[in-house]
Amino acid sequence: MKIDRRGFLKIGGLGILGVAVKPVIDVVSKVKLAEASAKKRVLVEKRLAMVVNLKNCKEGCTDCINACHGVHNVPDIANPKDEIKWIWTESYEKAFPDQEHRFIGGGMKGSPAILLCNHCDNPSCVRVCPTKATFKREDGIVMMDYHRCIGCRFCMAACPYGSRSFNWRDPRPFIKKINPNFPTRTKGVVEKCNFCEERLAKGLIPACVESCKNKALAFGNVEEPNSEIRGILRSNYTIRRKPGLGTGPQIYYIV
Amino acid sequence: MFEKALIGSKKYWGLVIGLLAIMGVGAIFYLQQWNYGLGITGMSRDVSWGLYIAQFTFLVGVAASAVMVVLPYYLHNYKAFGRITILGEFVAVASVIMCLVFIIADLGQPTRALNIVLYPTPNSILFWDMIVLNGYLLLNILIGWNVLASERKSVPPPAWVKPLIYISIPWAVSIHTVTAFIYAGLPGRGFWLTAIMAPRFLASAFAGGPALLILLSLIIRRFTKFDPGKEAIQNLGKIVAYAMATNVFFILLEIFTVFYSQIPEHMHHFEYIFAGLEGHGKLVPWMWTSVSLAVLSLILLVNPITRRREGILALACVIVFVSLWIEKGFALVVTGFIPSPLGRVFEYSPTIPEILITLGVWAMGFLILVVLYKIAVTVKEEIEA
Repeated sequence: MKIDRRGFLKIGGLGILGVAVKPVIDVVSKVKLAEASAKKRVLVEKRLAMVVNLKNCKEGCTDCINACHGVHNVPDIANPKDEIKWIWTESYEKAFPDQEHRFIGGGMKGSPAILLCNHCDNPSCVRVCPTKATFKREDGIVMMDYHRCIGCRFCMAACPYGSRSFNWRDPRPFIKKINPNFPTRTKGVVEKCNFCEERLAKGLIPACVESCKNKALAFGNVEEPNSEIRGILRSNYTIRRKPGLGTGPQIYYIV
Repeated sequence: MFEKALIGSKKYWGLVIGLLAIMGVGAIFYLQQWNYGLGITGMSRDVSWGLYIAQFTFLVGVAASAVMVVLPYYLHNYKAFGRITILGEFVAVASVIMCLVFIIADLGQPTRALNIVLYPTPNSILFWDMIVLNGYLLLNILIGWNVLASERKSVPPPAWVKPLIYISIPWAVSIHTVTAFIYAGLPGRGFWLTAIMAPRFLASAFAGGPALLILLSLIIRRFTKFDPGKEAIQNLGKIVAYAMATNVFFILLEIFTVFYSQIPEHMHHFEYIFAGLEGHGKLVPWMWTSVSLAVLSLILLVNPITRRREGILALACVIVFVSLWIEKGFALVVTGFIPSPLGRVFEYSPTIPEILITLGVWAMGFLILVVLYKIAVTVKEEIEA
């Protein structure tokens, strides 16, 4: 068989195309299997969640924010355009726009609400991520892989709570004191609260919960009926942010 | 055939060098972005997509519009469009390449772009967009190049091209539908959460793309010996008229639902672009310009007396293109983020480096288009001579 240069290039090109298409076909062929196994109801023995008691949260106190941002090397960029925050305060009306009305009483009007990632049961950020750089663990923590994130920011558009920050520039010069036990991030990736998974792995509670002197924060496994957090949820009326969106947020607020 | 692009007049080389120069400027500023990060753009924690993603969205529409000449020619044997299908296909090639480059320019970690292929994630719309855009690019390169090569030898195109052409027709619809799904499936973004997003995208695409094609055809007729044909241009004009009318109708449907239902999360965004919100209204003059131009273009396009005069048709096409660019190539993406899910109005305007990088990508797209058109037109001139 005679192959001229043109023919050779054509065959070579097709070969390269085949290599590029293969992983895509692989995945599509796996979809059905994955769907089938997801439908089986798996007994969830762990579901981590948090309760924020806004009645106990003191205006002007930033202990939880300082603790979290300190241990996670969150840069302090004052400029609102580039700022990065894992846990922060917002007025009650902004945090719960569905509950806003003229006569908000009980001292809630304009009072600060602690906001962080809701570690949703049905997280829209995980649904849209094109590389699985953000994913949900079996215990419910929505995690980030800073080394896989391509910085497309689809997750930021998908998050209805504004919980995600992007490193618009190198964050390291803005970290006052680097904690060597936790990675710093690079420019061009998204980050957010990780429910202190690195502390949980060592048997510690989240830094924000530990730092709160007023007992405004509680953390635990809501699948465990005798846990402290279940006791709090039983004895208090709690609300969640934008429950109508079906994301299943796991931060419960006592107002 | 590629050698045709290497022999040209002084004007041709002037254009090529001019575009290369703009690309060079864009590249220098891209290096700055590479070093500093996306912080050199106007994007922020609240408005996390801006000019780049808006250009990508707009250009997907321009790319999809090739189907408006391919479909009548291949499915209905409408001969007048046979002369310009290649022009439509090459516009698609240049636009899709621009789309892909704009996505790369928008990535925080561009060196990791291949993670989309290495860790394929079918639940992400971006994964499917990657597939449909690259597929559409490949289809149009294969179809355009082979049909032109056969035309040059005065033989019918190889048999395997026909099925590809038929596939390319629904594929064109898919690229814009999937792109609309990027926006239309997000909870908590009231501006985008509407089922009419994909139809709106298609209507605006079938207006903006053919409008550009008319302008390009008129330019080609003026500067080369190849005439795309009066009939083809006139019928493209009708397509632009229908599509633009449909687009405006769809937007009015959206406005009815939003303002009659009075749901604040949906309404605030429209208030922001048309009236301003909490004292912020940077986009208001732009949006009213877009609306006025849309109305003016409809007057000129729907009326047969004005549409039949080529000078006025060309003007109407420029108006359509500018109106749609403001609406889709800027406002649609940015307004989805304003106000933010926390109700904060944080405005966005692109920075100078961001604008220059954007111009650089456009120049690259036009360079590809100029080179491809040079080849196509030279071949067509030779056939007719």
